[in-house]
Amino acid sequence: MQSFQQIILTLKQYWADRGCIIQEPYDTEVGAGTMCPETFLRVLGPDPYRVAYVQPSRRPADGRYGDNPNRLYKHSQLQVILKPAPSDVIEQYLGSLEAIGIDLKQHDLKLEEDNWEAPTLGAWGIGWQVMLDGLEISQFTYFQQCGGIDLDLVPAELTYGLERLTAFLQAKDSVYEIEWAPGFSYGDVRYQDELQYSVYNFEMADISTLWKLFDLHEGEATRLIKLYDPKSPEKRRFPLLPAYDQVLKCSNLFNTLDARGAISVTERVGVIQRVRKMAVAIAAAWSDQQQAPTAEVAQ
Amino acid sequence: MSIPVVDVPDMTLDTETETLLELAEPERKEVGGQWSLPFLLEIGTEEIPDWMIPTALENLRLSFEKLEIPHESVRLDATPRRLVLRAEGLAARQPDSVERVLGPPKSAPPQAVAGFARKQGIAYLDDLKVESTPKGEYYTCRKKVPGRNTKDILAEALPGVILGLYFPKTMYWTGKGGPRFIRPIRWIVALLGPDIIPFELAGVRSGRLTSGHRRLGAREIAVTTADYERRLGDHGVVLSAEERRHRIRHGMAGIRIKPDDKLLETLVYLTECPMPIQGNFDPQFLELPEEVLITVMRHHQRYFSVQDAEGKLAPQFVAVMNIPSDPEGFVRRGNERVLRARFNDARFFWETDQKKKLADRKPDLAHVTFQAKLGSYLAKTERMMQLARELGGDAHAVRAAELSKIDLTTELVKEFTELQGVVGGLYARVQGESEPVWQAIYDHYKPESMEDAIPRNRTAQIVALADKLDTLRGCFGVGLIPTGSRDPFALRRAAQGVVRILIEGRFEISLFDFVGDDEALKAFFAERVRYYFKDIRGFAYDEINACMAASVGWGNLVDLAARLERVRGLRASPDFEPLAAAFKRIANILEQAMSAGFTAVPSGIDESLLEEGPERALYREFRGIQAQPIENVISRLRPKIDLFFDKVLVNAPDLVVRQNRLTLLQTLLAEFSTMADFSEIVTNS
Repeated sequence: MQSFQQIILTLKQYWADRGCIIQEPYDTEVGAGTMCPETFLRVLGPDPYRVAYVQPSRRPADGRYGDNPNRLYKHSQLQVILKPAPSDVIEQYLGSLEAIGIDLKQHDLKLEEDNWEAPTLGAWGIGWQVMLDGLEISQFTYFQQCGGIDLDLVPAELTYGLERLTAFLQAKDSVYEIEWAPGFSYGDVRYQDELQYSVYNFEMADISTLWKLFDLHEGEATRLIKLYDPKSPEKRRFPLLPAYDQVLKCSNLFNTLDARGAISVTERVGVIQRVRKMAVAIAAAWSDQQQAPTAEVAQ
Repeated sequence: MSIPVVDVPDMTLDTETETLLELAEPERKEVGGQWSLPFLLEIGTEEIPDWMIPTALENLRLSFEKLEIPHESVRLDATPRRLVLRAEGLAARQPDSVERVLGPPKSAPPQAVAGFARKQGIAYLDDLKVESTPKGEYYTCRKKVPGRNTKDILAEALPGVILGLYFPKTMYWTGKGGPRFIRPIRWIVALLGPDIIPFELAGVRSGRLTSGHRRLGAREIAVTTADYERRLGDHGVVLSAEERRHRIRHGMAGIRIKPDDKLLETLVYLTECPMPIQGNFDPQFLELPEEVLITVMRHHQRYFSVQDAEGKLAPQFVAVMNIPSDPEGFVRRGNERVLRARFNDARFFWETDQKKKLADRKPDLAHVTFQAKLGSYLAKTERMMQLARELGGDAHAVRAAELSKIDLTTELVKEFTELQGVVGGLYARVQGESEPVWQAIYDHYKPESMEDAIPRNRTAQIVALADKLDTLRGCFGVGLIPTGSRDPFALRRAAQGVVRILIEGRFEISLFDFVGDDEALKAFFAERVRYYFKDIRGFAYDEINACMAASVGWGNLVDLAARLERVRGLRASPDFEPLAAAFKRIANILEQAMSAGFTAVPSGIDESLLEEGPERALYREFRGIQAQPIENVISRLRPKIDLFFDKVLVNAPDLVVRQNRLTLLQTLLAEFSTMADFSEIVTNS
């Protein structure tokens, strides 16, 4: 039986062998691997890129105090970006499943329509959910837009739900029972996270503090966005990546406030708009910043 | 990953010639001095959403027909990964044609004429003709244009045919500005007889290589028009949808399946090599409502549910795999585990939701938006309760309206949105609400389609009407009016539902009392009413126009339906069409008179002014039949009217007589116009 970490190592090796940079998780809370700069910003612009990383993804509203065998506040996504998508991208993906020991002649695999959209990021794509013996194990997306910008090269984004995939391979009914490493179950490693974050997100998070934090991070991001000058010869040094971190903070605070039941209907759409506005502005600035340098260096 | 075996014969030039000869027998036959060739087009793609495939195939057929290349037969097939068009009997070359070439005018100097002849390769000037054209007399000659090779025509046209196929949502994949299609195109087979029809599309060159089932077949398989389907079969692909359908049905024979044609079609177009397998679940889950279990199986897992001999849900399911067998039971056990997790979730939600009664959750509706400009579901609920009262609903109906939307706050509906209403009804039943109330909550989204039944009882019908009417009035009130195919709030379905409930539920009320002065909404309803009577009930459009234009209006839809039935009955009578024509004539005469200043005499018809003969006869007949149904009098009335128009001059020189005559005609028209405006009937005469 392969452990959780063995499966992760095998998949990382598989994608490293196919030209991916192996990154470590991004060190700011995100709701999905897509939000990391390694995806959100790197898919912009004309430069090819291949990257894979495991990203803990936090969804406060999905927390269940560690009681539900299939639902988690924080689950682990393996995020693979192939930009541009090679023409055999699906075959490569199927190969990764065989690499972790799934004999696809003995299992039922279907690609069912499932298009992806992230309103807070101004991003969407076309794709499928990958169903293995009736279980959704991956999301497969051809990105079309990110930050409201039509992408120059169309990347394929492969997102593996690692806990589900492992539960499938280890034939476990509860995610907490899967073996993380020899002698350690998933529950041993993560149960406390699930319990304590559920208590915090649903019961103890201080709403007015969270709103204050949201405003502060939004203020800092907006301040920086306003300062970015596309005509400046110094624009390469401009701190857009730190500005984007502020957006990620806002996004996670929004999710926490939402789980806490602190966002009324009227506010909800408005707050999504606020986050989106920042994300879109940074995407535009980033595209401008990354496209410029060659010409200017030549001068 | 095991590298799939590439199955390509040696395609060097020599071998190809060889192949050509070998195939001469089945692939080419001579018809009328022309080679008759089979044509094969396979668009190889990544997985196309199942529900889009049948329409795409129909469009492919139409686009091919538009090329106007003569052929004998066309056959279309598809799997999720390929759209296929095969045709028989194409000519290798299109027939030659003759073109007229216009030269200089007849008046032109001889050098110009000689120059034209030279240019056209004509040796003797006598071969030139002078013809008169709209511009005058001109020298002309005839030029034979050889018919083009069909292969060349197809090579030019097919890229446009393929990229022109309509899909509801498309993507690009080769880079910004690249071609758009439903999913990436990965290979194209295009053959005319033994030859490849050469073209390139989205970086893919057409050829003779198809691709097998993702796991059961080779990545590349060389095919001919003759062996294409068989070769695919060898590589795990059942090309024909009919055959896949049969395989699924056959595989489920002997299992008591809850019939579900829609799910069957989904599975037919979700697989290339379908095979059903049966699985089980813990009978303990049968404590949960069947609706919830079936929804999980059908919508989320695409399983057929199984019934026992009494028609009750059995603890079994049937999944359809995309591989031919499951000898080790991996697939069955995997699906069973997934279903167990799903059912556990549902049970968890069911139990959590029970902790707070529906009635106690009402304030939570303030946090659920109905529509930004129309406020929350709490506001909608208040409006629905008021509407339920106005529609004649009793206390049950008002209570049901009050509770109807509260299930939107429950975990179960958040998880299974398609169960809205149903879940509310089930909770209301468990929580002791009366039968009419819980049934009304359960049914109030009905009818959800033209095939769906209307709500089962009066209370439910009233709540359903209140819900739909409120949505329609609200949306139209803030300008959210459907345009073309855009109807994000499903207002057409809502209006259609209102029409059906009013008619089939026999609500003798006027729709207009609930639509108010909103002319746009009224027109929107008129369209739905027309659609219902024409497409669902099969009335002719002129019958519908006539009855809707009746003087009583069309607000009472039950009455409208009854009048339509009567008109349909009348139409069988030989007197009907002539009478309708006469009514049209009357309407025209009155219209002309009206524009010339005529108004009816308030005192009515002055008998003393009536002329002896046809006029007086018509009047006497009319007095005798007044207030009788037209069915009884049509045969007596018609000859009198005919005679009247034959013999009597309506526009009499004497103004008073004319006025009286027009009044007679107007009275007659008004008498029968309460049923229908017969002048709207389209007659042959």
